[in-house]
Amino acid sequence: MKRRAVCVAIRVAGITLAGCILASATWAAPPGLDRYISGDKKSGYVFATPETRDMMDDDFNNPAFLWVEKGEALWSKAEGTAGKSCASCHGDAKTSMRGVGAAYPKYDATLKKMVDIEQRINVCRVANMKAPAFKWESDELLGITAYVKLQSRGMPVAVKIDGPAAPFFEKGKAFYFERRGLQDIACSHCHVDNAGRMIRAELLSQGQTNGFPTYRLKAQRIVSVQRRFAGCNEEIRAEPYPLGSDEYVNLELYVAWRGNGLPVETPSVRK
Amino acid sequence: MEVDMKPRIKAPATAAAGEVVEIKTLISHPMESGQRKDIAGKIVPRKIINKFTCTYNGRDVISIRLEPAISANPYIAFYLKVMESGTLEFTWLDDDGSAYKAQHTIAAS
Amino acid sequence: MATRHRAAGTVGRRRLIGLAAAGAGLLALGWPRGEARADQAEAKALLDKLTRNGQAKAGKVTLQLPEIAENGNTVPLTVSVESPMTDADRVKTITVVAEANPSPLVTQISLGPAAGKAEVQLRIRLAATQHVTAVAEMSDGSLWTDTQEVKVTIGGCGG
Repeated sequence: MKRRAVCVAIRVAGITLAGCILASATWAAPPGLDRYISGDKKSGYVFATPETRDMMDDDFNNPAFLWVEKGEALWSKAEGTAGKSCASCHGDAKTSMRGVGAAYPKYDATLKKMVDIEQRINVCRVANMKAPAFKWESDELLGITAYVKLQSRGMPVAVKIDGPAAPFFEKGKAFYFERRGLQDIACSHCHVDNAGRMIRAELLSQGQTNGFPTYRLKAQRIVSVQRRFAGCNEEIRAEPYPLGSDEYVNLELYVAWRGNGLPVETPSVRK
Repeated sequence: MEVDMKPRIKAPATAAAGEVVEIKTLISHPMESGQRKDIAGKIVPRKIINKFTCTYNGRDVISIRLEPAISANPYIAFYLKVMESGTLEFTWLDDDGSAYKAQHTIAAS
Repeated sequence: MATRHRAAGTVGRRRLIGLAAAGAGLLALGWPRGEARADQAEAKALLDKLTRNGQAKAGKVTLQLPEIAENGNTVPLTVSVESPMTDADRVKTITVVAEANPSPLVTQISLGPAAGKAEVQLRIRLAATQHVTAVAEMSDGSLWTDTQEVKVTIGGCGG
């Protein structure tokens, strides 16, 4: 009897949530933000409040640059038994990393699967620098990732989903549309079906990743895409996958593809 | 403050004597409020930057008492009246007694 | 048709939907949580002290805050006070109070002789929808104040 009441309560919470989404006024993108829109695709920048956009518009106001500076320092720091730094092979990041951030996740022929940019950085560290891999969500990994992706800022996101990436793209896409968690919701329910509508008192975006790693106002620190996926899954009461898991990296490919054509905004500021 | 993350300062390198200029500062710090609980349910102890001061050639520009209601990675922007060339001295004081410092020089014409 | 008897202690489905909707609606309005409201007594006592029991006049102070905070953990704030900022006529202190925060005092700013303008920008944390008040004390002892309401919302999925 008690279990039935719990099941009913959960379903009711889902219905209430749905009710709260449907009963909302129409939102329209503010004018003058064409740079952040590509056809139907809208960057999270467009859904943000003017105060949040202000924080992003100035590189000094943007707290994410604390991590970018850290990444820049690490780029030239020799670590590991090979005695190399990133700069030893890649030289000036401003030239060598231009466009790199816009193209990840990419297919890795050795590992025979997709890798995202954080994983690629660690592959380089371990294989070429003979240095230990950075931990997920460490300030070091977030810093270097933000610094590398910054070099693609303004360029359109351009991930490849054909050739060897195709089967992984399909897996990521299936994940995106699959219901999960106690609330039995798929990513698409919020970010496709209801982007631009309110869920309770929050405006839903398209869930684009062109600005990641991003400084989250809520966390008051910079956050990776993988961490955001885990957070979103936790919020719908689904057990999150590990950061860097195949499921989440394939998902990252699909979600990045959804934003192909939007400008890279790393490091952005989001709620 | 996070190790390896220096405070950031944005201030002009030059100014006209008598000019009022904007100074912006940003420092990396979790500003642990003392109200959060950890996974075990225990309070995470308070650890914030509780004071920020700025002087110019030894004269007080601003002194701010910060409380846990200040967001992490404190951003503080204010205005200086440049009377002559000189050095800005910034100090952030942590609850644990540490003092983080930075300087910036301005040439007045 | 047999009547369905509700077991003692369970809540009927219709009532549950009604409660959930009411709850969601209240939360969406930013209804302050229990602990936050209790501290408004502390905020009132603090403001009484700062304004010397209501002697502060509205004016000269402008407190800029967003109408709706995208997230209560990082809310940009600008406080400015009209003043020539001369040695004889200047702003001595600006104090900011958040009436519904667990600890209402947000910051106290002292402006020194080298201050150019009485204007400061900060980023603050607000626990719930509430009024934020700034009180400025001038060199002649006069007190000025401004108040802004900020709506602080709860994220859609509780995030």
